[in-house]
Amino acid sequence: MAIRERLSGNEAMAVAMRQINPDVVAAFPITPSTEIPQYFSQFVSNGEVDTEFVAVESEHSAMSACIGAAAAGARAMTATSANGLALMWEMLYIAASSRLPITMSCVNRALSGPINIHNDHSDSMGARDSGWIQLYSENNQEAYDNLLQALRIGEHEDVMLPVMVCQDGFITSHAVENIELLEDDKVKGFVGEYEPDHYMMNPKEPIGVGPLDLPAYYFEHKRQQAEAIKRSKKVIMDVAKEYEKLTGRSYGYFEEYKLNDAEIAIVIINSTAGTAKTVVDKLRDNGIKAGLLKIRVFRPFPAEEITAALKNVKAIAVMDKAESFSAVGGPLFTEIKAALYGVADGINIINYIYGLGGRDVRSDDIELVYNALLEIQKTGKTGETYRYVGVRE
Amino acid sequence: MCAGCGAPVAVRAILRALEPEDQVVCGAATGCLEVSTFLYPFTAWKDSFIHSAFENVGATISGAEAAYAAWNRKGKTTGNYKFIAFGGDGGTYDIGIQSLSGAMERGHDMVYVCYDNEAYMNTGIQRSSSTPKYADTTTSPQGTAVPGKQQYKKDLTQVMAAHNIPYVAQTTLTQNFKDIHEKSEKAIYKKGPAFLNVLAPCPRGWRYDTPDLMLICKLAMDTCIWPIFEVEDGVWKLNYKPKKKLPVEDYLKRQGRFKHLFNKENEHLIEELQRDVDKKWDDLLRRCGEA
Repeated sequence: MAIRERLSGNEAMAVAMRQINPDVVAAFPITPSTEIPQYFSQFVSNGEVDTEFVAVESEHSAMSACIGAAAAGARAMTATSANGLALMWEMLYIAASSRLPITMSCVNRALSGPINIHNDHSDSMGARDSGWIQLYSENNQEAYDNLLQALRIGEHEDVMLPVMVCQDGFITSHAVENIELLEDDKVKGFVGEYEPDHYMMNPKEPIGVGPLDLPAYYFEHKRQQAEAIKRSKKVIMDVAKEYEKLTGRSYGYFEEYKLNDAEIAIVIINSTAGTAKTVVDKLRDNGIKAGLLKIRVFRPFPAEEITAALKNVKAIAVMDKAESFSAVGGPLFTEIKAALYGVADGINIINYIYGLGGRDVRSDDIELVYNALLEIQKTGKTGETYRYVGVRE
Repeated sequence: MCAGCGAPVAVRAILRALEPEDQVVCGAATGCLEVSTFLYPFTAWKDSFIHSAFENVGATISGAEAAYAAWNRKGKTTGNYKFIAFGGDGGTYDIGIQSLSGAMERGHDMVYVCYDNEAYMNTGIQRSSSTPKYADTTTSPQGTAVPGKQQYKKDLTQVMAAHNIPYVAQTTLTQNFKDIHEKSEKAIYKKGPAFLNVLAPCPRGWRYDTPDLMLICKLAMDTCIWPIFEVEDGVWKLNYKPKKKLPVEDYLKRQGRFKHLFNKENEHLIEELQRDVDKKWDDLLRRCGEA
């Protein structure tokens, strides 16, 4: 029987880590992810895990220590947010290119500057090209489920890539909600042991990690890395199926909410999907065919599947909780638009930047977006595609 | 690596102290040592080796050591493992000092070795905080108005001694390698973190004749510019006291990086360097109970 609990998103991550019992956790405090290593270090002090907890002096060292540990052959995990993730930046790329399946809880927070501790997605969106698999979570349950699946995805022999599991800072990281946990033995059975083919602490086969890689080979290695993240698509689905058998909870690349016959839809990431779903329900009650697509997997980007899911929608608003300063829209918008191009042309598609720096996103804001889509559907005119909601102009 | 370079000699001397039945995981900061010993698809290392970036070999190796500690707890280890991080002075005194300090403070059972060649040699001889005063480098060039680097060399060995770790030592390529061997053995086999600072001359950056490598090291010791000492469990010990303390000129004049100091108008700069060496040597003698 699953365990019914009430946990915050951060507690859920720490509990998952206790159940996983990784070899090494290296982390540094930063709001709002601090609680994860806090709870976890208590598990260490209580002897509930065998993990070596490395209380590093920076996030750069957190990721560096994870790299050293993972290369040695260990299962290594960390947690961070915002500037912490930014300080890791250099090492994120090196973890991925060294093909080390490190797992990270990324508690999304606005990246400085100006300094702000509240939620948006500018931190992990900035890391989208680092070679990490990115899974996003609407609530504590999804964050927990994603973290358990993350290990199996990253450590799969066809993948061997690091994975970050993202959730919204404070909104879900600190909000206590009901959650269904797996029993410890079931988690242990599901995640198994990490047994890499090659690792540094193998006396029979010492290895080198991180060579100087000049033009004769660098390109091939990057190509192999690109192939690995392509292969992760199948693995993500296989792991999700296995997880569903264990828990009854179903996961895919994204969640479709009343999207099947929808004429207008929004595409969104993380917790605001919950707010948007209530708006969809309200619109549906009024006979409006509104729907929603919530991204779970942003890297690899499931372009074909998203296109298939959106191809019959008349007007789409892509919601970005991050600026990319391209002057044409946010990162999710450009990805979705590129995915649709040449495959599902003729759909009116607009972008909304919302909720930066933790600005509250109310159901009214989401309604405003759907109303704009209704207007576009009626007139057939897209108008300005790069829009904002909830900001004082 | 270049003919007459001190770094590979230092690395070989240190690894020779490892018992044959033991395993080692080595790491290196980005730098000459790393790029010339581990160029894909080749490696000069017979043991497991990791390079990840410039500023983080302390943290990287601390992570590997943490993995070993966890595996010991879980009964998963096969083999007796030692952990050694190598960094140049740039990767140690400057960009890597935070990562080094953190790893030492946390008490990992590892050795951090700085092969100190007193500038960023891999990128083309730029000054570091380890570069001695008045040395000519590409970012502290001697010119008509400024005679080379304007700051004294950072005393990193003392900084590391202030971490109160079990073992800190300063050495160089001494004539019979006895000092570096004994210090390496202590550093590797003494439980807990250890820091070795090894003066490792660079023929390109220092501009000496390549066969003079060992002579330059000897002169560094005999002029007391690079004293040979150790701090074991908080006890300071001088390991070498020259029979006759030589003037700093003897060391400076064999190196092109100090050539401008021998111009008539710069004589007072050599005198200043001599005063500085004398003061620091006296301080060290007192700390070691030799004064």
